Amino acid sequence: MFDIVFWILAAVTVGAALAVVILRDVFRAALSLVLLFLTIAVIYVTLYADFLAVVQILIYVGAISILIIVAIMLTYEVRRGSPSGKLRIPALVVSLLLLGTLVFTVMITKWETSGEPPQQPTTAAIGSSLFGEGGFILPVEITAVLLLAAVLGAIVMIREK
Amino acid sequence: MSVGLEHYLVLSAVLFSIGLYGVLAKRNAIVILMCIEIMLNAVNIALIAFSRYVVPALLIGQIFAIFVIVVAAAEAAVGIAIIFAIYRRRESVDVDKFDLMKW
Repeated sequence: MFDIVFWILAAVTVGAALAVVILRDVFRAALSLVLLFLTIAVIYVTLYADFLAVVQILIYVGAISILIIVAIMLTYEVRRGSPSGKLRIPALVVSLLLLGTLVFTVMITKWETSGEPPQQPTTAAIGSSLFGEGGFILPVEITAVLLLAAVLGAIVMIREK
Repeated sequence: MSVGLEHYLVLSAVLFSIGLYGVLAKRNAIVILMCIEIMLNAVNIALIAFSRYVVPALLIGQIFAIFVIVVAAAEAAVGIAIIFAIYRRRESVDVDKFDLMKW
């Protein structure tokens, strides 16, 4: 049962990603990107990452996809589509080489997997290791600075003179 | 063979390669930004799969994935602001025309 779910999800995910790259209509590519984000959220559920599945839907499906669709609406190039550049064949070769290398490496490596059952409600555990003693509190605070810098940078960049 | 760590890693590798192809081959800057998001999501799948299958009790991979998501959100905001700024000046989102800094 779990295997069937995984294979369906993998097929939909790869299909949606290919559609983003292949479709000429930018708006349709953005919609299939939303489908990709949703199926990735379900993949997180199959990996017992419930908190991250919700975060994925909130941030990617909710915020980033809206941002991208607004960007497409505001730049009036929807009709021109997204043609490929001159580097299409070299790009295909490079990405296929990378794919081959990655798959080969994944297959020949003996991964030391652990048979422990996964932790099930992950939210409390993630919260205590983000903010608790000996956790990731310093990166969290640096993240706040990063987000502030990103917001200020976006405002400065987009402001009319 | 039941689904395990390798399957998720191969799925993540496939998504990353598709995203890389899009970034290298496309000319529309917004599509390039979308392909970067695909690549970041592929990395997140790999991180969470490692977290689930290698150290299920620690959740370190999931915390890394949260930081990746935060950086991706900041990147999307700044990237789209840059595209708008260029679009306002040059009336185009075609990266082949952004050759101002080419000598």
